[in-house]
Amino acid sequence: MKYDQARWTDDNEDRYEPLLSEKASQTVDIDDSPLPDDLTRDSLSLPDPAEPELARHYTRLSQMNYGVESGPFPLGSCTMKYNPSFTEDVAARADAAIHPDRPDSTTQGTLALCHRLQDYLGRIGGMDAVTLQPPAGAAGEFTGIQIAKAYHEHNDDERSEVIIPDSAHGTNFATAAMAGYDVVELPSGDDGRVDIEALEAAVGDETAALMLTNPNTLGLFERDIEHVADIVHDAGGLLYYDGANLNALLGRARPGDMGFDVMHYNVHKTFATPHGGGGPGAGPVGVREELAQFLPNPHVRERGGNFEHYEPDHSIGKVHGFYGNWPVLLKTFAYIARLGDEGLRDASAKAVLNANYLAEQIEYEVPFGPFHHEFVASAGEQDAADAAKRMLDYGVHPPTTKWPEIVDEALMTEPTEGETKRSLDQLAAAFNAVAGDSDAELADAPSRPTAKRIDQATAARNPRLSWQALDDT
Amino acid sequence: MSNSDSHTTGSPYAPQTAAETATMLEAVGADDLESLFDVPESVAFDGEFGIDARSERAARREVARLLGRNADLTEFLGRGHYDHYVPSVVDDLASRSEFLTSYTQYQPEVAQGFLQALFEFQSMLVELTGLGVANCSMYDDATALGEAATLSQRVRSVSGDRILVPEHLREGKRAVLSNYADGPELTVESYPMTDGVVDVPALTDEIGDDTAMVYAESPTVRGVIEERLSAIGDLAHDHEALFCLGSDPVALSLLERPVDVGADVVVGDAASLGTGTAYGFGLGMFVTREEYLRQVPGRLVGASEDAADRRAYTLTLQTREQHIRKERATSNICTNQAWVALRTAMHAAWLGPDGLVDLAEDCVTRARDLADRLDDIVGVKAPVHGRHHFREFLAHTDQPASAIVADLAAEGFAVHAVGDHLVQVCATETTADATDEFVAALREVAK
Repeated sequence: MKYDQARWTDDNEDRYEPLLSEKASQTVDIDDSPLPDDLTRDSLSLPDPAEPELARHYTRLSQMNYGVESGPFPLGSCTMKYNPSFTEDVAARADAAIHPDRPDSTTQGTLALCHRLQDYLGRIGGMDAVTLQPPAGAAGEFTGIQIAKAYHEHNDDERSEVIIPDSAHGTNFATAAMAGYDVVELPSGDDGRVDIEALEAAVGDETAALMLTNPNTLGLFERDIEHVADIVHDAGGLLYYDGANLNALLGRARPGDMGFDVMHYNVHKTFATPHGGGGPGAGPVGVREELAQFLPNPHVRERGGNFEHYEPDHSIGKVHGFYGNWPVLLKTFAYIARLGDEGLRDASAKAVLNANYLAEQIEYEVPFGPFHHEFVASAGEQDAADAAKRMLDYGVHPPTTKWPEIVDEALMTEPTEGETKRSLDQLAAAFNAVAGDSDAELADAPSRPTAKRIDQATAARNPRLSWQALDDT
Repeated sequence: MSNSDSHTTGSPYAPQTAAETATMLEAVGADDLESLFDVPESVAFDGEFGIDARSERAARREVARLLGRNADLTEFLGRGHYDHYVPSVVDDLASRSEFLTSYTQYQPEVAQGFLQALFEFQSMLVELTGLGVANCSMYDDATALGEAATLSQRVRSVSGDRILVPEHLREGKRAVLSNYADGPELTVESYPMTDGVVDVPALTDEIGDDTAMVYAESPTVRGVIEERLSAIGDLAHDHEALFCLGSDPVALSLLERPVDVGADVVVGDAASLGTGTAYGFGLGMFVTREEYLRQVPGRLVGASEDAADRRAYTLTLQTREQHIRKERATSNICTNQAWVALRTAMHAAWLGPDGLVDLAEDCVTRARDLADRLDDIVGVKAPVHGRHHFREFLAHTDQPASAIVADLAAEGFAVHAVGDHLVQVCATETTADATDEFVAALREVAK
């Protein structure tokens, strides 16, 4: 018999944690219910662990998971920075746990806080009005593009295309398509930035918007941003700012000042809310004055010292059933209040210094530059995905791999401001050790984590997406 | 030593010392931090945000001061956002930083814990619905419904652009659906309800071969348990439309299994387990038939094996997703509500099947018993619909509903106003201790 509680067993032992369904399950027959039989199910079979078993199960699972507090997490484009503990206490307050359908007069505290956060985000992005409703960055993109669409329709000027650089996040393309637009992909120039000639050729009467990330996913500032803005505006389009990389620019440049009309903020990237293994996030959207009339319903405003919800004149409607991811917004507010001007500026400076320092220490080639908060190294002759697996053996989380595609075997690396020099030196040592390893060592990696290399192809070819679908239980 | 309220300079979470910063600047050949920013002068920001830095204690005090302006009310509120008691062990375990501060599981070898927890979450939804595929979250019930509508268009073999939704539907949910329907040019239309449930003959008149999806809820937004789900499912299938059912995991623990009434997609809010009241913060549940697997939006966790032939978990079928498929992805969703799903799975496991069924049965009896008590009050008739209810019900009041809401707020209670003389009342275990006072307060204000 396996003794699965013995966690200190040798590396070669079978250390996986049984499924809850394999530990303790029960089937309950439903009879004597207060409902007629024809309205109820017959039975329910689910795990039934006692609380001590439950605690051990999830504690063990947590031990098989790597978080920001486990070590460096230099996933490019994801900005995995330390999440201050106190913001968790702020979000857990009992007086924050209110129902969304209360009358405004009984939620003045929540509305005041939302109003103040709208104001802070507006100042940080150089935007005139901000909605907090979108529940994630991609939802913010969808909100922003729907606003652009409403703007054009309001002007009786329907347009069919959204232009997106080839180095952009996949969400940009998917968002534009979801909103019903045709996507025009813009090839990057030789310097990794927007190719002005290609942009001039791409814009026209059908251009609804250009979606741009600045600094872009290579960490490069789009130096021609004013020219880019003029080209898009002259064609009657709007300029959309993907806020994924705003952590690189806090206090140095603002999207509103660069000519952007609409933007989203990724609060887990720029303002340190925890990513929770995939979410929740929040994707507030900022707009310039002329577009405020299209913001989602409702918006928060102040009237004579009181706060209220109201519907903007030409609102696009709603993008979340209620008011968005409120606990995440609370953490965002707390973080911004803690840092203030100086802290936000410092966070960006250290994020950029850390990326530049790390890039200088690693032996892989780093094309392009000068970069800001992240850089994209090339694994060269190595397979970037294999190199990443090998980094796990050196005890650190690897960078994002094989993207953006304009760098061969990309290792997209973003150390964030949260690392010390010592930690960056260790990270660089891990990169350099992998750079010197053989293809065979890379192909066999990882050997040290609980799970060895996981077969992704079989998972997709033979999908087993629930314990009911497993044949080995 | 500085005191705890002292003004900080710089970010307290950027740990370099000044000496380290100097060494690092030298290593990269920069004179100072500002020279690292490759920002043209003409767009450089030289102003201030005007946001003062606070100490941790001051920041917490400020939030406390602000939120102190929220009235202290006992909420008999629901309509899509419910308060069930969440045990401490859920907060404790979910707060472990390995879960809370991790990222989407792009490196599954060091994310087995979260992947397994999400796999277990998906499995629980499979058991609750009887359908084969659950994703590991959408943002909330409204966005899940929007995704279901776009899925119906993708999987349907014949063209059709009408999405039929019930007359009784939360306005916010319908508004979100309309935005999702906008791009693919779907039309959202309401069908009538009679005495709280779907008017099946009227729906029969509304539906046609151009209908892509029929949406119904049980319990409905008014808390009514729908009685003719199978008939609605049959009707949808007669027209090759998808039948999308809205519900939640507590209700599904007791009510008819969606697979048995012909549901093709199940959506709803699953945060009613694991999170409780949070100003509308939710967890979109999305479960569907296996035949639609490759059209499912969002993340899916699958089982596989590692190089040592041991069971292991990984995100799978990612070619559906935006980071691979770009404009041909099934959805633009990237960041989702994974951590909320973790909490829901923990809470469901803590309750176990007997605990879930008990909780669901209590939702039926609490609504019934409270309605009976309110019906005894002069000036109140409850429930308005002579049906079985779940958690909540509609009551008719002789006084205007707006006056009832305002007067009850003054007494420390919150209910919904849903019509000129209609209020809606929701009862769970978290309001049970306040029931007597609530009934007494309503007796006073309903006269």
